[in-house]
This record gives sequence, C-alpha cells and structure tokens, in this order.
Amino acid sequence: MNFKLKDIIPQLITVLAVVLVFGFFTYNAQVNMENRGIDFGYGFLSQESSFDVQFSLIEYDGSHSYFRAYLVGLLNTILVSVIGIFFATILGVIVGIARLSPNYLINQFAAFYVEFFRNIPLLLQIFFWYFAALRALPLPQDAEPMFGVTYLTIKGLFVPAFIWQNFNIFFYSVVAAIIAIIVIRTHAKKVQESQGKQTPVLLISVGLILILPLLSFLIGGVRLSFEVPVLKQLATTSFIYEGGVSLPPELIALTLSLSLYTATFIAECVRAGIQGVGKGQKEAAASIGLTPNQVLKLVVMPQALRIIIPPTTNQYLNLTKNSSLAAAIAYPDLVLVFAGTALMQTGKAIEIVSITMFTYLTLSVSISILMNWYNKRIAITEK
Amino acid sequence: MSKINFLKPDKTNLSTFLYLGSFLFFISVLDVSLNSFFSYNITGFLPGFLSFLLPLILGFIGLYFIRIELSGNKHLDLLNKNINTNNFNAVLSLLIIFIIIKSIPPILSWFYIDASFAGDSKDVCTGSGACWTYIKVWMRRFMYGMYPNAEQWRINLSFIALALLGSVGYFATDRFKKYLTLYYVVIYPFIAFLFIFFFISGGPVFFDFSYGIIAAILSIIVGFFIPNKFKFYYFLIVPFALYILLKYFIFYEELVELGKLEGLNWVETGAWGGLSLTFIISFFCLIFCFPIGMAFALGRRSGFPLIRYISVGFIEFWRGVPLITVLFMSAVMFPMFLPEDFFIDKLVRAIIAISLFEAAYVAEVIRGGLQALPRGQYEAAKSLGMGYWKMHIFVILPQALKLVIPGIANTFLALVKDTPLIFVVGLLEIVGMLNLAKTNPEWLGFAMEGYVFAAIIFWIICYAMSKYSYNLEQKYKTDR
Repeated sequence: MNFKLKDIIPQLITVLAVVLVFGFFTYNAQVNMENRGIDFGYGFLSQESSFDVQFSLIEYDGSHSYFRAYLVGLLNTILVSVIGIFFATILGVIVGIARLSPNYLINQFAAFYVEFFRNIPLLLQIFFWYFAALRALPLPQDAEPMFGVTYLTIKGLFVPAFIWQNFNIFFYSVVAAIIAIIVIRTHAKKVQESQGKQTPVLLISVGLILILPLLSFLIGGVRLSFEVPVLKQLATTSFIYEGGVSLPPELIALTLSLSLYTATFIAECVRAGIQGVGKGQKEAAASIGLTPNQVLKLVVMPQALRIIIPPTTNQYLNLTKNSSLAAAIAYPDLVLVFAGTALMQTGKAIEIVSITMFTYLTLSVSISILMNWYNKRIAITEK
Repeated sequence: MSKINFLKPDKTNLSTFLYLGSFLFFISVLDVSLNSFFSYNITGFLPGFLSFLLPLILGFIGLYFIRIELSGNKHLDLLNKNINTNNFNAVLSLLIIFIIIKSIPPILSWFYIDASFAGDSKDVCTGSGACWTYIKVWMRRFMYGMYPNAEQWRINLSFIALALLGSVGYFATDRFKKYLTLYYVVIYPFIAFLFIFFFISGGPVFFDFSYGIIAAILSIIVGFFIPNKFKFYYFLIVPFALYILLKYFIFYEELVELGKLEGLNWVETGAWGGLSLTFIISFFCLIFCFPIGMAFALGRRSGFPLIRYISVGFIEFWRGVPLITVLFMSAVMFPMFLPEDFFIDKLVRAIIAISLFEAAYVAEVIRGGLQALPRGQYEAAKSLGMGYWKMHIFVILPQALKLVIPGIANTFLALVKDTPLIFVVGLLEIVGMLNLAKTNPEWLGFAMEGYVFAAIIFWIICYAMSKYSYNLEQKYKTDR
C-alpha cells in the first residue's frame, strides 16, 4: 500500500471536524425552525413585498415581488460601486502620480491626503459627510443654481435629464465605432510588425468616435433634449425640484466617502507600480533613442500596469464590499433593502442572509478568477 | 549692467531677476494672506475676475523670473529644484500655497478662536466655532459607553495594568528574552482575558469557555516536553480529555461561583461601549485572528489536498463577503444554528465574527510571505532532518513573518477601522455613541464636533500603528 496512515489521519480528522460542525449547525437549525414554526424555502421571493424603496433604478413599488426588491438593492449597490470606482480611479491615479512629483509641495500635499483619509474609519467618514457636511447645504428654495441648471441642496443633487429619441441608433453607432477602432488597431499592429509602417491610429480612432455618433444625429434621426429641474412647492415651507434626475444625499455622501477613501489605496498602488519599474529600464530605453513620451508609453507603463492592476482590482472589490456600509445611512442598497427590510418582514433569516452573502461572493469570486487569469497571462515567465 | 531680456532670465542679471521675482512673489502671497486673514482686498479696485486671478499671475511671473539654473545661490537652487522646476509645477505650487493660506483662518477659528470650551450646558455654545463643551460633557459616554460611572475605575485599572504588563518586553533582560514569545502569545492574552471577563464584566461569564482555555494552555505548555514521536497523538487527545476532566470532575457546578470576584457588580456587555470597547474588540480580534490566519495559511500550502481545499474555501468565503453581512449573520442567523438553551453573548459573537473575517485576510498575507521564501530554505531544513512543525516553527515562519510585517500591520489597521461596524449587532463603540448623543434632544446640532473628535482619535491610533509597523519593518529587515 502506498498510503501512509500518517498522511490520511490528519485529513480524515479535519474533514470529520468540518462535517461535524456543519451537521451540528444544520441539526440545530432544523430543530429551532420546527420549534418556531418557520419553514425553510425560497418561495417567498415571488410573494408581494408590500414595502417601498426610496430610490430605485427600475420601476418598483410595494406590489412587486421580493425578487424585484432584491434586484432593486443589487442595482443600487452596483450603481454606487460603479460611480465610486470611477471617481476613486481618477483621484487615485492623480494622487499616486503627484506623490512621485519632484515638486516638494505637491508630493507632500498628496502624502498628507493619503495619510489623512486612509487612517480614519470609512464608516466615520460616511457619517461625517452625511450627517455633518451635507446637512450644511441650503434648502431647495435657497439653492443657487450651478451652471444655471444644477441644484445642490440638502435634499440631494438635481441635474437635468437627457431625453433621447431613437437612443438605440445612437448606441449602435457608438458600438460600431468602438468595434471599428479595435479592428483598425489590430490591423495597424500587424502592418507595423510585417512592414514596419506606422498608421496614425490615434487620429483615426478620434475621428471615428466623433463622426459616427455625429452621423447618427444628422441622418439617423437621433434627437437629444434636456429636462431641467424646476422648483415646486409642496407645502408652505416645503419645496422640492421636479423633473430632471435627482440624486439622493445618501448616494452623494456614500460615493464621496467611498471614492475619497479608496482613492488613497489606489494612489499607493499606482505609486508602488511606477516605483517598481527599475531605473535601468528607463535609462536603457532612453539610450536606444526613445523620446520621453515613448519611454513612458512603451517601456514604463506596460511594466507598471503589471504591478498596478492586481492590487487595484482588489481595491475595486473592497469598494464594492464597503458599499454595503450604505445600510448605516439608509441608502437602499442590497444589504438595507434585502437583508434589512425584507428580512424584517419575512423573518427568513437563513435564506436571506445566505442569498445576500452568495451575491457578494459571486461578485468577488468572479472578479478574482478573472484577475488570476489576467495575472497568469501577463506575468513574466521566469526560468 | 548688460542688456536684460525679461523673457529669458539668466545668470548675468541674477540680482535684478532675484529682487524682481521675489518682490512679485511676495506681493502675490501678501495679497492672498491679507484677503484670507483680514478679509481686506488690496486689489479690490480691479474688476472681479482680474482681482481674483491677479495673485496667481503675479506669483507666476515672479517664479518665472527666479527660475535660473545653476545660479550659484544655494537657497535659490534648492527652491527651484523643489517647487519651481517648470511652469506647470510653478502654477501647482502657487495654488497649493494659496489653498493653505486660505484654509488656515476658517479652520483655526472653528477649532479654537471661536470655539467654546467652558461651561457644561448647551447655552455656552453661541459662537460660530466648535462646541467642545459638548465633547466635554459627553466624554464619559464616548469613552466608556453606558458603563456605570461609579464602576469606570475598573476599566481604567484593567487598561493600565494591561498596558504595564504589555510593556514588559521593553524591560526584559537578555536572560528572559527567550521567553518573551511564549509570554506574548500565550500568557499575556490569557491574563487580558481574565482581566476583561472577570474584572470589567464582574461575573462568571462563560466559565465553560474558560475551562477550555485553561485546558488548551496547560496542554500546550506540557506539550513542549512530549517527545516528537507522540506529539501528534498527544495534541489529538489530551486537550479534550483535560477539558472534560476540568469541567465534570474537578470543578463541580456549585463551584462555578469561583469565577466571580467578590464585591464587583456584574455589568452586562450591552452596557459596554465607547472607546474602551473599541480597544477591547480590537485587542481580542487581533489575538484570535493571527493564529487562525496562520493555521489557514499553512493549510492552504499543505500537501494534503483535502485540508488545502477546506482552507481555500474558508479563505475565499470570508474574503468574498462584506463584514457587515458577516455581522448580520452573527446577529440574526447564528443563534438559529445553536441549541435552544445555548446562549452566546453578542459581544463574543461579534468578536468571533470579526476574528474569522480578519483571519482570512491574515492568512492571505502570511501565504504571500511563505511563497516569497526561496525553496532552498525548505530543502535545507528538511535535509537537517527537521519535521513539518519543527521546520515551520524554527525556519520558515520566523522568516516569512518578518517579510509580511507591513501586510499584517495593514490588516490590523483595517481591523481597528472596522470596529465601528459592530453597531449592526447593537453594540455602540465610539462612533455608535456619537450617533446616539447626536439624537439627544438637548444636544442637537453638534454632529460635526463629534465626528471630528472621533476622527482625530482614530487618526492618532491608526497613524501611530502604521508608523510603529514601519519601525518594526526597518528593525527586522535582513539583507538577502
């Protein structure tokens, strides 16, 4: 026999322990649910939810099902994460580069920003923006318009809405432009590798992305108009803006604090990435006659990105998970709508918490699988 | 004096350019300062747009004039090299100088000049500045939560005692240095546990649990003297046997009262709170998450496939979910999984949840350190005839842990910053207390002061931790 007893026993014991713990939990859960008269099942998802949600991207009211409420929460979570990731990336890259600036004032300023925001708990920052800073904003009737049509008030940010006609044609034209650019880029690369000729790819790309959508306006019958928010009186002292798009203060506070907080971590990733490229690489590139721009584009950035991207994706994941703190300021995200309100109403603790966790888990695991694949693809293969 | 070309400052007219440039720069800074500190606008006669931009333009021209390479003046060269390398940098430097000047007066007046410190009621807070009276009045609540005022000396005393016991490492002589690891890993946490559960809580809380701890510690200490051959089976059997022995044969039910200190009232954990709770939770989670994380890091790199899969599953599960849902689980779902008459205090549940959660992150950090070690280290240890445990304890882990000090410090920082989330299970540490105080009808409208106060405290704690970890990293850095 090849098996050694010493190899098998530890594994057996571990598995046995895990099975025992799970078995113990399941047995207790069954007993408890029987005693309290709760039945286990996911059937409640199709029942009428009969609660309302303050802010929703899809049409929703109390007559919709719990599953619809779940979707509302999930979409709100995704919305906050996407906006947060967008701003955090921009801010993080700027601050990360600023930390490497030769200008003493700028890099100290960036360092101050990073040290300041990342050493304060995120929840505290969210509370600060929501309960202290945004409460200092004017009431709707006193708000001064920004750019003439946008109002930042204590009740949220009111911006004009786009009203499209034939939006699908515009959308297809943008997609077509992007596909054309990808085709041209690959073709240009092939041409350069085989014949050494360079094609002005950038110029063609900019042209395509401008001209095709423009054509859709001229020929395709796409029309764009704006709906401006207008002040409306609800009661003698209560005003609100109608029309346009309104972003609730919870969303603003949440995205603000999430981006300010996560940007500090992204800044550190960017800094580490750029510093991680050896000095010799830049010198070697300069010595074979590349211009500073080419050095940055062809030598430094590809290597820096290899270091920057994996930790940055981790930060994106963290941001998405941190967006669940929304529950603390009553922004209707997945945790608040589903693990909060829906749980209170149905009392189905195990089902709802497991669905919520599973959703986040799916999100994270799929991104980490993608990341691992990407990591393997770009990793330098060393002997 | 040779011809001066104002578009091209050079060294030949150094003093002219230097005086002119410094003068312009000085004027621009003066303008902004006057504007900011005394709200007096010397350029008020100009149209609004120009008056706003004038300091920037003047400062820019001034910096342009003094940007002379290799001027020979040491201070000027230093200045040029640091803040004035080109036009773009000059503008950015100016903007930052202006932002700093502009932001000093409002911050200073809010913090100190217009702030109110005296008194003990809301009436003194009439100024436009911060109302630190609010913090002063609520200080005890922010520090100790709902812990009875008369009993707060217990928390203070425990914390002082633990701080003193924790600093033993600094005073230990060489003779005792080798026992320090044992002290910090086993004895100190045990003493801390005793202090907090019997002194701060003041009751026989979880005495059952403490049997387990005594059994574990006794068996580990004795385990050092067991020959290697039997160690595995020893750890398999003895701790459990000891636990059962302690629980059912040595301490009878009537003796459970042994765990209670006379004269101390029992304070339930629901009343704990404030900053002291932040410390208690951080401390215990820190102690628990480290060994659990280490075990799973080793498990993930283990040669046994089943153990590896279980470890991977554990780590990826906890890393994939937000802490708030974990705490939700510990609050609403976990009681369903326990026998009906079995009750675990919510503070303990929160500590278990946070420890397991952070353990997954610690595991990944330690795995990084284990992977970074060259294979030669493993092979050398094996060739000396070391077994798995000996190899890891004496060769691999000391090196790997040294490598991952920054990562572990970051995880611990994240842990401290995550403690406010325990509001989910209904425990109120300092941020939770702030939110409670904010809704008190007598003290409405001081949210800002409270959050700034908490932010300063957290910032000091976290910044000190990160600096300390940086020092540790430098101290243990070994050249390879």
